[in-house]
Amino acid sequence: MRTDAVVLEAFGASLHFAGVKALDFVTFSLHAGEVHALVGENGAGKSTLIKVLTGVYQPDEGALTHRGKPVVFHRPVQAQQAGISTIYQEVNLVPLMSVAANVFLGRQPRNRLGLVDTNRMNAMAAEVLAEYGIEEDVRRPLGELAVGAQQMVALARAVSADADVVIMDEPTSSLEPREVETLFGVIETLHRKGIAIVYVSHRMDELYRICDRVTVLRDGRLVHTGPLADLPRIELVSMMLGREVGDIRAHGATGFGAEHHASKEPLLRAENLVSGRRLAGVSLDVRPGEVVGLAGLLGSGRTETVRAILGDLPLDGGTITVAGTVVPSGSVPAAMRAGISMLAEDRKSDGIIPNLSVRENIVLAALPRLSRFGLVSRAKQDRIVRTFMERLRIKASSPDQKVAELSGGNQQKVLLARWLCTQPKLLLLDEPTRGIDVGAKAEVQALIDELAAEGLAVLLVSSDMEELIDGADRLVVLRDGVAIGELAGDQVTEDNVLAAIAAEGSR
Amino acid sequence: MITVDRPTRTRSVASKQLFATVLQRQGAAVVLVLVVAVSWLTFPNFGTVDNLRDLALQSSFLAVIALGMTFVIITGGIDLSVGSVYALGGVLAAYGSQWGFFGALLLPLVACGLIGLINGFLVAKTGMAPFIVTLATLLFARGLLLAISHEGSTTYKIAADSAFLTLGRGTFLGIGYPVYIAAILFVVGGIVLRRTAFGDTVFATGGAENSALLMGLPVARTKMAVYTMSGVLAGFAGALTAAYLESGVTVIGVGTELDAISVVVIGGTLLTGGAGSVLGTVVGVLLRDVIQNIINQIGTLDSNYQAVVSGGFLLAVVVVQRVLARNRERR
Amino acid sequence: MAVTTARPTVDRTRVAGWLQDYGVYLAVAVLLVFNVAFTANFLSVANFRTQLVEAAPVCIVALGMALVIGTEGVDLSVGAVMALSAALVPLYLGYNALTAVIVAVVAGLACGVFNGFLVAYLGIQPIVATLALLVGGRGLALVIAHGQLVQLYNPTFLSLGSGDLLGIPISVVVAAVLAVAAGLLVQRTTFGRRIVAIGGNRAASRLAGLPVRRVLVGVYAICGVLAAIAGVLATSRLSASDPANVGLLMELSAITAVVVGGTPLTGGRIRVLGTVMGALLMQLVRATLIKHNLPDSTAQMVQAAIIVAAVYAARERSRR
Repeated sequence: MRTDAVVLEAFGASLHFAGVKALDFVTFSLHAGEVHALVGENGAGKSTLIKVLTGVYQPDEGALTHRGKPVVFHRPVQAQQAGISTIYQEVNLVPLMSVAANVFLGRQPRNRLGLVDTNRMNAMAAEVLAEYGIEEDVRRPLGELAVGAQQMVALARAVSADADVVIMDEPTSSLEPREVETLFGVIETLHRKGIAIVYVSHRMDELYRICDRVTVLRDGRLVHTGPLADLPRIELVSMMLGREVGDIRAHGATGFGAEHHASKEPLLRAENLVSGRRLAGVSLDVRPGEVVGLAGLLGSGRTETVRAILGDLPLDGGTITVAGTVVPSGSVPAAMRAGISMLAEDRKSDGIIPNLSVRENIVLAALPRLSRFGLVSRAKQDRIVRTFMERLRIKASSPDQKVAELSGGNQQKVLLARWLCTQPKLLLLDEPTRGIDVGAKAEVQALIDELAAEGLAVLLVSSDMEELIDGADRLVVLRDGVAIGELAGDQVTEDNVLAAIAAEGSR
Repeated sequence: MITVDRPTRTRSVASKQLFATVLQRQGAAVVLVLVVAVSWLTFPNFGTVDNLRDLALQSSFLAVIALGMTFVIITGGIDLSVGSVYALGGVLAAYGSQWGFFGALLLPLVACGLIGLINGFLVAKTGMAPFIVTLATLLFARGLLLAISHEGSTTYKIAADSAFLTLGRGTFLGIGYPVYIAAILFVVGGIVLRRTAFGDTVFATGGAENSALLMGLPVARTKMAVYTMSGVLAGFAGALTAAYLESGVTVIGVGTELDAISVVVIGGTLLTGGAGSVLGTVVGVLLRDVIQNIINQIGTLDSNYQAVVSGGFLLAVVVVQRVLARNRERR
Repeated sequence: MAVTTARPTVDRTRVAGWLQDYGVYLAVAVLLVFNVAFTANFLSVANFRTQLVEAAPVCIVALGMALVIGTEGVDLSVGAVMALSAALVPLYLGYNALTAVIVAVVAGLACGVFNGFLVAYLGIQPIVATLALLVGGRGLALVIAHGQLVQLYNPTFLSLGSGDLLGIPISVVVAAVLAVAAGLLVQRTTFGRRIVAIGGNRAASRLAGLPVRRVLVGVYAICGVLAAIAGVLATSRLSASDPANVGLLMELSAITAVVVGGTPLTGGRIRVLGTVMGALLMQLVRATLIKHNLPDSTAQMVQAAIIVAAVYAARERSRR
């Protein structure tokens, strides 16, 4: 039932946040009845584009057309009423209310007295859900259903509201394989009904199975849009990551220097880490003086791996040893005592304490060592803070300046100083240079190099392919929560990494 | 290995979950039945018609306040002002009785409704925390009451021939009017909560406010409505009390908000919002007053044990609710 | 258009921020000047003594409350804890005054640890967790005291409320010492810095390996102890144990002092001196109104308005 009519289009959409371009003149056209993949790495602008399409944000420039007519959505409700429904990654329903109530909230069937006709509502809900293969008791609270079934209820709600566009934001990220099959069945049904679907996912296999066309975004810009079937996987991956196949650059574009001479005995040994649906068997080791990179697409389990090693993500299986001693899992203090520190991915939410000064942010994790009888020693603090501010070249008016007032790059250096203060043996770096300016980036990279040369073991997560390849001595490639391969020495090239990531998986 | 044993694990977790849910939702009812059965057998005076009649009458005033509180708590809020508003309602009813039946009835309803509306406005439109807003209006309502009663020195009487007195002292089939009034309000409240779009929005607001907003439900309006309702009902309970006591007593209502919250939560309404029932609140009120009654029957017990028992119940319920919620998150 | 609408908001935020930080000092100064000018007999030692003695218990409770609020929590049970401590005092006064005070303080500690356990280990919201003790605590106190007011005669104990130390009322000295201690705790100890860090960013604190749960229990424990001390002082001043009335609505007064003093309800910032000034300000407001023959009712309504305004200003700023 494909027609070439454009049902929803964003033309030249641009959006700025505090001077940063989140979307830069992006044009996105959705044809009636197609399944359109929307892909890109973190910060590519996918979620911003979705929010523009669904009325959460209004673009600074550009226009939206829906069924050929220009539209402006001031609030999400308006987009929904126009027939554009969104299924979010986290189910956006009310878990404590019944399944039927969730399907019909806001448009409940009424009886002659104007009261909600519960019986009719339940019957209607059961009927709608049966279409999607959900045979649950619709009077049960939604929260008692499996996540997959909840996702279907959200879908049923969306479609029964006469939507002609359904946007799915990583719908399979929390589903069991069996549930994924059901979802694909439903998508097939919608497809046949002529409903257009925007499908956001990082799983290559899924994209190639169900999508007709693909749009690739990177750094807020449109990179590519076109049919998916005849686009080779490796090309798609390279467009997402912004690297070209066969284009091998010389060393020197980053702040990294030569390789390190690591000792033979591993400092960290992580074996077969399993955690819920997120990690399904990751093994790796890191030697002192070595930088090991974790490669993989967004959602492959990179962040989860480092969080598990820090003890922040509870493990269902697997062991972590540091210098031969087992580290009890699920406890951050225990991991830190063993000499592990982590620079978190999200500087704002998991890193800085915005109200506190640069000094206090730096010494936070090392407070016990810098105090006597529980009293903080200003002198000891000053010495160490001065050392690190100089060494990392942190630009602040004084150590007493509030950290929230610093630039992103300087905040990142403050956090690096915080972790170095703890005198770690192993430093976990999750996206250490994301969102910081070029100068700071090179400085941070040079510092990583220097630290490794001094004998620190480093585990590096980065979406920046150049950073990963130049910076790491060895790469562990992850896909769907499994370590699928390792590249060392001369094998560490972009071509190899791209090939490993794009390889057809079983999952 | 893990996938093999997951289904069985989930099932046993699910049955435990079910048990705990039943415990939380129906626990108060079970305890109530037990307590009533035991006291019927133990205390000869408990089962007498007089005692039960008194018990029902005494329960009805708190029940009316707790009905409004049920709605507020289901939206995920809390209304600490009801104790003062209740007292204010009584004083205003007595003061208003000089203008006849409708003066006595409307003055408290309108004034207390306005205080509720202020609560609702501040909570819904400015995003201030409900507990601090309603603590402030608790103080405000108490101040207003003192101002009207000349710093508590004047107690307004309701004229002995006023028709308004019937509302509190009249009986039908030997049972006081307040009992019927409370019963009617609860039936209406139950229908509103369970069978109207407004009721659904009340649940959705407390259960997942962001989802409710994304679904386009009128969250702010609903919050304003429930706080207004809570104010009106607390004021009405005050008016009923005034009619029953034949005067506007200024010193009542201290700590009544805590009683109302306790009975609502003990009745199975989630203090974090999103789930609850008016029937549970009835059970909560009855349980409280039956226990109070028993303490009085025993005679040697300090009547303050009531608060201790309420606090204990509240604690148990809150802990069970939290453990349940945590299990739900874990899944 | 964007520019013209943006400017006033920025200014409003800045004004609100400035008011939140320094408004309390300004308000205290204004009230002092007003009273010196227009209130008869205001400038007298006796009057200042009265004002300070009146403000001392609220100030002590508010110090603990400030710590709790700094962690993004709240403790509604402080009034009930005061009642408990008041009820326990007469039971042990037979031994000696010190024992009675220690028992009362230990009871406060137990209450605080209990609250902290519910919040930190069971993960119950602070309001909900401390509500149980608010409901049951005063009842328990009344049960202990058999619902009665007990006159106290132990001279040592009574001197806590009526005696002087170097010419200053003992309760004021206690409040001052505790305020200094709280200030040092917040500014100069690992524990204090951790409280602020946890309130400022719980997730980041956990990832930095801070003992988040232990710190939370500690904070609620301190709050309980301070409430108990306030209960002891109030009891001594009254020279009677009155669990029915001591500390009634104390949670509101304490939260008000904290918020008016510039500590935001959203945590991450604790202003000890501001809190002390907040307690003084509310006392001054009350005294000013009373001295100008405005009744208690007006004072209560004014207090309600001040609370709403202070919370509103703080919220305006945190929205930034």
